[in-house]
Amino acid sequence: MSAQDTFNGLMGGIVAVLLLSSLVGWTLARRAGSESARAVVDNLNARIKAWWVMVGVFAVAFVLGRTATLLMFALISWCALREFMTLTPTRPGDHRALSVSFFIVLPLQYALIADQWYALFSILIPVYGFLLLPSLSVLAQDTEHFLERAAKIQWGVMLTIYCISHVPALLLLDIPGYEGRNALLLFYLLLVVQLSDVLQYVFGKLFGRRKVAPAVSPSKTVEGLIGGALSATAIGAAMWWITPFTPAQAAAMSAVIVAMGFLGGLVLSAVKRSLGAKDWGSMIHGHGGMMDRMDSVSFAAPVFFHVTRYFFT
Amino acid sequence: MLISALLIGLTRALVGAAPRWMGSVPTAAQRIYFANHSSHIDTLALWSALPRALRRRTRPVAAADYWNADPVRRCIAVRGLNAVFIERQRSEATKDPLAPLAEALDAGDSLILFPEGTRNLQALPAPFKAGLFHLAERFPDVELVPVYLENLHRCMPKGSVFPVPLICTVRFGAPLARIAGETRADFLERARRAVTELA
Repeated sequence: MSAQDTFNGLMGGIVAVLLLSSLVGWTLARRAGSESARAVVDNLNARIKAWWVMVGVFAVAFVLGRTATLLMFALISWCALREFMTLTPTRPGDHRALSVSFFIVLPLQYALIADQWYALFSILIPVYGFLLLPSLSVLAQDTEHFLERAAKIQWGVMLTIYCISHVPALLLLDIPGYEGRNALLLFYLLLVVQLSDVLQYVFGKLFGRRKVAPAVSPSKTVEGLIGGALSATAIGAAMWWITPFTPAQAAAMSAVIVAMGFLGGLVLSAVKRSLGAKDWGSMIHGHGGMMDRMDSVSFAAPVFFHVTRYFFT
Repeated sequence: MLISALLIGLTRALVGAAPRWMGSVPTAAQRIYFANHSSHIDTLALWSALPRALRRRTRPVAAADYWNADPVRRCIAVRGLNAVFIERQRSEATKDPLAPLAEALDAGDSLILFPEGTRNLQALPAPFKAGLFHLAERFPDVELVPVYLENLHRCMPKGSVFPVPLICTVRFGAPLARIAGETRADFLERARRAVTELA
């Protein structure tokens, strides 16, 4: 089967699942009696609607090819960085560093990926960004909270630009015997991360009793985590045929993705709380902001990229 | 129209400028929107946050010494925003600086005014200039709506060339009540507090 046929088949499957969810959501909405049940169902339906939009956007980008995919992720990084910096207290002295992050670092990172320049894109932000962004801030000679400000900017740039850019970076891996099919690997990563999120939510709502870390994230439960992680790993293993992995390898890769995704959700929830917010933003109705949807992706993507690169290229 | 659409599109792409109607609703009532002032994007942000129908009848007040100074700025102010120019430095002692504003209000238009008179580096507004008080006296039926522009002091502070595209919200408060016999200082302080309370 060609990569395009496989992709079409997968899209058909996802559309079928979404149709089913919409149907279930619609039925539940007609049945919901109590106020609290209605709120849960409304949130569920808002999420399903947002999924339709997100899947549609991804499908279009995949069909249009590599440049479109890169542009889409650059836009996702842009929105995520905007949310991060909006919530982060900075001072006028950081203005230059922030401008450079949005208008130079972000486009440069994606241009390097488009150019397949691995050696530079993998160190641009950890090395050059790390050293030069605070150097720009220091010119303003404002020493108040300087370390905190520099650290927060570095964190935002690492998470929203560097980490997220590792999703489309999967397109430049040369995996023997997998030529021309890298877009499927990207699809695989997003599928496993998002399924894990959704299944943890569903298992948590159905069976959740003990909370994992109530102070950080009140909605994460042990039951949700175990049920979601196991089922997402199982589905990931069952999807081995779209990847360059054997079924056992696919299971291990999915387990890595699920674990990193879970940690990402937890860590970013703590970051969000330390910044005094409940959601990162409000751009995706029912989900919160862009970072609320990308938190697990941002942790899973670089690790998945490097593990795949190390063992399969 | 094309210039307006372009400006609004650019403003939304950069800073969002989503409206939050907290104490008033968007209606066709004639109004003076008064807001805190911290960046060159302020006017555009407030204007973009208004519904299209209201925007057509709402004219921002712009400082002539800046916005009328070169052809590009003039084009943005006049063709893009339909601005009313105000002279910040009074040239002749006899001329009323508020005359162009009064003219626009007489014609039935609403105004966008930044009563601090200049851009301020802080999140909260500085003391207001007297113009708002005089307009409020002369036009007792025009609603005075306080507006707080959040985060714009971080987006493009005075002295910066490039913006930082943070998400900005535009909060519209409840119209200011009129109190008969209130002194100028009291009125201006109350108006400033109305903006601060939205922060």
